[in-house]
Amino acid sequence: MIELPANSINQMIIHPSTAAVRPFAVAAILRDITFTQERYQSFIDLQDKLHQNIGRQRSIVAIGTHDLDTIQGPFHYEALPPKDICFKPLNHKKEYTAIELMELFSTDSHLKHYLHIIQDKPVYPIIKDCNNVVLSMPPIINGDHTKITLKTKNVFVECTATDLNKAKIVLDTIVCMFSQYCAAPYRVEGVKVVSPDGSYLMHPELPYRKEIVSPKEINKSIGISEDASSIASLLTRMCLPSVIIDNGQSLEVEIPPTRHDVLHACDIIEDVAIAFGYNNVNRTISDTNCVAEQFPVNKLTDLLREVIAAAGFTECLTFALCSREDVADKLGKNIKDIPAVHIANPKTLEFQVARTTLLPGILKTVACNKKMPLPLKLFEISDVILLDKTKDVGARNQRHMCAVYYNKVAGFEVIHGLFDRTMQVLEVPNNDYKFIPVDDAAFFPGQCADIMVRGQNIGKLGVLHPDVITKFDLNMPCSVFEIDIEPFL
Amino acid sequence: MTVCEEAMAELSEKLLTILSERNEFDTLDLSIELQFDHQRLVGAVKSLQSLGDVITCEQRNSKQWELTDEGKEIAEKGSHEALIYESIPLEGINQNELLGRVPNGKVGFSKAMSLGWIQIDKAAKDGPRVTKKVEAIEDGVKEICQLVKNFQIDKITDQQKNECKKRKLISEVKIVSYFVKKGTDFKTSVSKQEIELTADMIASGSWKDKSFKPYNFNALGLPPASGHLHPLLKVRTQFRQIFLEMGFSEMPTNNYVESSFWNFDALFQPQQHPARDAHDTFFIAEPEEAHEFPMDYLEKVKTVHSIGGYGSQGYKYDWKLKEAAKNIMRTHTTGVSARMLYQLAQKEKFTPSKYFSIDRVFRNETLDATHLAEFHQIEGLVADYGLTLGNLMGYIEQFFKKYGIKKLRFKPAYNPYTEPSMEIFSYHEGLKKWVEVGNSGVFRPEMLLPMGLPKNVSVIAWGLSLERPTMIKYGISNIRELFGPKVNLQKIYDNPLCRLDK
Repeated sequence: MIELPANSINQMIIHPSTAAVRPFAVAAILRDITFTQERYQSFIDLQDKLHQNIGRQRSIVAIGTHDLDTIQGPFHYEALPPKDICFKPLNHKKEYTAIELMELFSTDSHLKHYLHIIQDKPVYPIIKDCNNVVLSMPPIINGDHTKITLKTKNVFVECTATDLNKAKIVLDTIVCMFSQYCAAPYRVEGVKVVSPDGSYLMHPELPYRKEIVSPKEINKSIGISEDASSIASLLTRMCLPSVIIDNGQSLEVEIPPTRHDVLHACDIIEDVAIAFGYNNVNRTISDTNCVAEQFPVNKLTDLLREVIAAAGFTECLTFALCSREDVADKLGKNIKDIPAVHIANPKTLEFQVARTTLLPGILKTVACNKKMPLPLKLFEISDVILLDKTKDVGARNQRHMCAVYYNKVAGFEVIHGLFDRTMQVLEVPNNDYKFIPVDDAAFFPGQCADIMVRGQNIGKLGVLHPDVITKFDLNMPCSVFEIDIEPFL
Repeated sequence: MTVCEEAMAELSEKLLTILSERNEFDTLDLSIELQFDHQRLVGAVKSLQSLGDVITCEQRNSKQWELTDEGKEIAEKGSHEALIYESIPLEGINQNELLGRVPNGKVGFSKAMSLGWIQIDKAAKDGPRVTKKVEAIEDGVKEICQLVKNFQIDKITDQQKNECKKRKLISEVKIVSYFVKKGTDFKTSVSKQEIELTADMIASGSWKDKSFKPYNFNALGLPPASGHLHPLLKVRTQFRQIFLEMGFSEMPTNNYVESSFWNFDALFQPQQHPARDAHDTFFIAEPEEAHEFPMDYLEKVKTVHSIGGYGSQGYKYDWKLKEAAKNIMRTHTTGVSARMLYQLAQKEKFTPSKYFSIDRVFRNETLDATHLAEFHQIEGLVADYGLTLGNLMGYIEQFFKKYGIKKLRFKPAYNPYTEPSMEIFSYHEGLKKWVEVGNSGVFRPEMLLPMGLPKNVSVIAWGLSLERPTMIKYGISNIRELFGPKVNLQKIYDNPLCRLDK
């Protein structure tokens, strides 16, 4: 930071009106900077990148850079009703009110994405100098008056934000990156930022932090054995200047303001490992002895898959997300009666709900393979998703098995036979399961039953209703069964 | 024998008789002589040929003129111009009406005019009027067509032939005919060779008196009726096997819906991180929020995010419960890993553990040939005292060795929840370059310590997608051929054994 006499320090005064829309602001000055075309472009690029990531598309932090020689401090950061704001925006020829600017930029391919950040607020942020010259209307656009050219020598950098910490990080990053082009390189001039309550801070803060780490711990974490001075030089190479203290027991690492990503000693350990070279570390296994366990429902699934394939059926793999129609209308049901998980803001119909049945996915697979020789015998054993208030998230997965027989004739006895076979391999005797005829809009009347195993309803089997067949773009009869296999665990 | 086979046998016998009388014949000539369809004759000759040396056959290629469909119709009903002529009543007829009466009226009309059979009075009231010019006509074209039909094409002049060709009434076809002579094994009756040994033949002993056709080993056999497992899931089975062989236990990942808390916050991923944006993650409208959390632990997570602690600076922002409560379709299975590690930390005594999972995750990103909204993530992790970065690389090396990959390199990377982080690269012999095969890292203390895991326990983890190695292994370029309804069933039927290390 450049030392300056108190009366030549620039000030930025934050007015209480900003609290409603964008409370925080910081600022700094780059003195006697020399821009070339490349540096200028890089300056713009850095601001764009910061806007995009840490600035979270300008909603959290917005940056404005201005030619200091065109304005005069003290600067005022306030928020005014849109009709009271009027200025000539960057690269335009005439003045507009803020209301007109919203209109003007609504068709601008770049700026229209940011209008919503302030558009509906009663007041818009605005930064002016002591002569009421507008510097910028964050986060939308700067004023044309203060625009920077290749000839600009003194730059006023301001960051307005909804998160003070992030604003500081952004300001620190910009000044650290570009102060090297100042006449006094790596020197930055501070700005006194006065808060509404009268307190003030000099910005940029450019905090340097010192962290004490243990070389022994570092070696242990990585799996190397370097001595303290070697580690210190590795860190210094990574721009984390380090010195040995405590007779080589510890290292004092200086963390500069450009490394705000260093939150914990583990960040320092990573830098040591990188400097050492990941591929230079010895690769060894630990002697962690464990007896492996399979997740029971997955184990059962893999056993059953083999049996169903051996019975002549082919396995499908279908999507868990689908349209509301797939699980309701196309099966003759109303979506309100289906305990489905609904996605907010799906981009297309394909992602409206999470599936509550495996059947639509398999029927779609048949529809995409109509040219294959008949019969088509398909199955899938996979999870469906159901609402469940007893779970912490309000939903659960349930492992289902679904088999489909598609042919010139319905072939109900084939599907029935496959189900019997499934019961046989699960060691459920014939007496322990029965079929209760039931009406279901998805099935042909009189050809559908609930499947009861040991008194529990585990699913349905039957011949699909012709309406269902047509709605899925098919043209042959179809027999199916779908059951929950979790009762068999 | 079927009716067809009987008729064929009869014809074959007849041909043999003819052959014994004449010693030789040409199939084309014979078909004209007998007024028999040439193709059926050829069929009979072929079946005789299959019996061995009963006949010899010499192929002959010739060209023949045949009537087109139009030509056949004209042979039967008369040419267009004749029909036009005959449609004109004594008093004449309006031109348009005439053209409407006869199919191909226009062609017939202009032909009839040029032959001088009809005349037209353009000045007539009610429009141009057509009347007969001559008393009778000779339908030359019909006669020609009939000659062609009766194989008497030599009676037609070249000029007439060309005209018919121009009018597309006849076309030249290639005929393959055969010149048949007696063979060395000539006999006038044929006995068919048997193909298969039957139970009756064995019982009666009649096989001894029959001749058998040798089996054709050059054709394919009958494909067995079978069911098939899905290619991607076969690869999943193999990866499950690899983990189990290495002593890793399977985590319960049967929850696609996860809260932001477990998916992000517990992993020390800050609430304003771009990955939590609506355009990368599927947020849930119903059930919108999770309503149950281990509250003590939640407070610790809140602290480490907003203030720091556990040796960390923290992110220094306002952590909001409402944000953490938002439900999503999980973006990785690492949320389950967090749940498992939390459970592990609640136990009286810490036991070193090795876990894995292979299950579905969801991303709301742009879709293209290699990206879908759903895919499968493979994840392995080890929790033990004093694990090092070198151990992580060691486990990864062992894992990939079982997958057939021996050359591995590691590159620095960034994940919000691991530090150090590494990208895993392997050398692809085919492409002759290093390709990324996975991601890995050491979980951050900010994630582990709030759970209550002992300080000197470290947790190392690595992950990859299931789809990518499968697509590389089977040479698939569009992921929709592998996952979803657009899969080609034939490819599933034909998919080989999944041998990962080959």
